[in-house]
Amino acid sequence: MGPPSEPPAALVRCTRAHGQYHPGVPANATPLDSLIYARGLTKRFGSFTAVDGVDFDVAPGEAFGFLGPNGAGKTSTMRMIGTVSPVSAGTLTVFGLEPAHDGARIRSRLGVVPQADTLDRDLSVLENLLIYGRYFDLSWGEARRRAVELLEFVQLTERSNDQVEPLSGGMKRRLVIARALINEPSLLLLDEPTTGLDPQARHLVWDRLYRLKQRGVTLCLTTHYMDEAEQLCDRLVVMDKARIVAEGSPRQLIERYVTREVLELRFRRDEGETDDSAHLVGQLEGLAERFEQLPDRTLVYTSDGEATAAAAFERGLRPTGVLVRRGSLEDVFLRLTGRSLVE
Amino acid sequence: MVAPASPPAARRGPLGGLASHPSLRVLEHDLLVFRRGWHSYMLSGLSQPFLYLISMGIGLGLYVNRNGGAPDGVPYLNYVAPALLVTQAMMAASFESAWPIMSKFVWEKTYLAALNTPLGATNLLVGDLMWISFRAVLLSVLFFAAILALGAVSSPLAVLSIPVAVLTAMAFAAPIMAFTATQKTDQPFNVLFRFGITPLFLFSGTFFPIDRLPLFLQPLAWATPLYHGVSLARGLSLGRVEPLADLVHLAVLGAFAATGLVAGRITFRRRLAL
Ligand SMILES: Nc1ncnc2c1ncn2[C@@H]1O[C@H](COP(=O)(O)OP(=O)(O)OP(=O)(O)O)[C@@H](O)[C@H]1O
Ligand SMILES: [Mg+2]
Repeated sequence: MGPPSEPPAALVRCTRAHGQYHPGVPANATPLDSLIYARGLTKRFGSFTAVDGVDFDVAPGEAFGFLGPNGAGKTSTMRMIGTVSPVSAGTLTVFGLEPAHDGARIRSRLGVVPQADTLDRDLSVLENLLIYGRYFDLSWGEARRRAVELLEFVQLTERSNDQVEPLSGGMKRRLVIARALINEPSLLLLDEPTTGLDPQARHLVWDRLYRLKQRGVTLCLTTHYMDEAEQLCDRLVVMDKARIVAEGSPRQLIERYVTREVLELRFRRDEGETDDSAHLVGQLEGLAERFEQLPDRTLVYTSDGEATAAAAFERGLRPTGVLVRRGSLEDVFLRLTGRSLVE
Repeated sequence: MVAPASPPAARRGPLGGLASHPSLRVLEHDLLVFRRGWHSYMLSGLSQPFLYLISMGIGLGLYVNRNGGAPDGVPYLNYVAPALLVTQAMMAASFESAWPIMSKFVWEKTYLAALNTPLGATNLLVGDLMWISFRAVLLSVLFFAAILALGAVSSPLAVLSIPVAVLTAMAFAAPIMAFTATQKTDQPFNVLFRFGITPLFLFSGTFFPIDRLPLFLQPLAWATPLYHGVSLARGLSLGRVEPLADLVHLAVLGAFAATGLVAGRITFRRRLAL
């Protein structure tokens, strides 16, 4: 997968994805042994349905992810879990409590990292944490003790007394994470924790989230990035157009929906040649069970990339670039929706 | 890693839990921000009313007093000072419940951050109304001190015009906050101030009795909270207590504040629950 700045990849579909999703929810799950329990969870804005009857459970100690493209309904779902957005239909319990009745009680045990930073630009870095601690009814002393510890945890101690605005994007994100931890939440909701961060900043955030998980904090996050999902999530659901289209661990999903290996072939496109995809696929026919034609390359799903590449050469194909890689969540998404994750 | 926080109940002081009310946390937030900019706030909040006090009370007063003085023969400064005390509190509170509150919804989104904590929409409304009232207290005390220094006070009861000013501020702040929560941009505020607040300031008996207004405008003045605040404060500071009329004044001010609060509860919740 390319960096997020890569231009939108308009995909040409060659193969229909026949994957049918069968909800992989444990039949015996109840609102009591799940930290988050959702059945038929729906969010409507007027006549528009942003979340369309989704089912999922998050168990204590788990790292659970929502993976999906823009507008899939990830944030809408997270905001309902965070009790700031009323549920339109269906069942949702968080800590076994109902958002509509016990919103404040749920929020007191929740840490929230919203998609858009909502730091207070009128306050210093430290004050942002202090006042948040006060919102959670900590004493000033306790709030300060935790704030100092958390700034250390996210490596912002030197910036304690600075204003928020000059901080870099990565620093702000870390500060929002620190702020979300001031009440020592047992469940942390993270809406795109690393979008817009450079690789180094992302790895720092991943490391901190991993440590939190080690301490037993349950993570529930959304992301566009398959590598993030693979790094952080024990289990995830793929969302597309307001629905959940697949559920499982990253490994299970890859096993279920894509082959072990993917062969990427690039061909030089001669001048004057417009669209040779049909021609190409014709030539590849029979080499593997599934192909995906992207504007710049052809993906061939196969259990043995090397062998398939050799077979293609035998047929006289002369790709300018050949790459064999493992099947990824990106391929899962492509298979299920026919679209790429980062648009 | 960190010791569990003592449960709120254990920290309840003599106020019996009131001191740990979530709405007070919002007030603390605003105080924290205020720590940085209070000088300039006080300066800009008080400079204009002082100018009015000097120019109208003393400048215009010279002319008025030479021509028989204010109604009932009191010096014009003594007549206009309690009214300016009330109007400065009203003007400041109206402003505070418009743009800064809009900012907390739209520009800075301060409210959105707070909503991810146990605080709810009503706490934000009540907390910020307390904050606006608190600043009305600060400004009014300072302004009253200035009036005292000018010797423009005719009765010890005048000190009660401070709470009257604060109540008037709340009678404006609460409904305007409720209105702000329904708006997406600050455009309507220009209209509100140009055609609402400023005319009220001029025509609610601040500078001259409303019975000098054209007949058709008098009931209008009567229906606005500012007229009642001004009348009440003026009566008190001139040492004239009219129990029945004063109770009516108080009731009108209270009704505006209470109605605003009820409306605000609805509009804040609607705005913040998406
Ligand atoms: N307050 C709202 N009013 C109306 N429509 C909304 C509102 N919030 C979200 N939507 C719509 O709901 C759909 C899902 O939005 P949502 O923010 O949940 O998607 P998302 O998966 O988080 O996308 P992204 O990856 O871009 O953050 C979008 O079409 C969006 O326009
Ligand atoms: Mg989103």
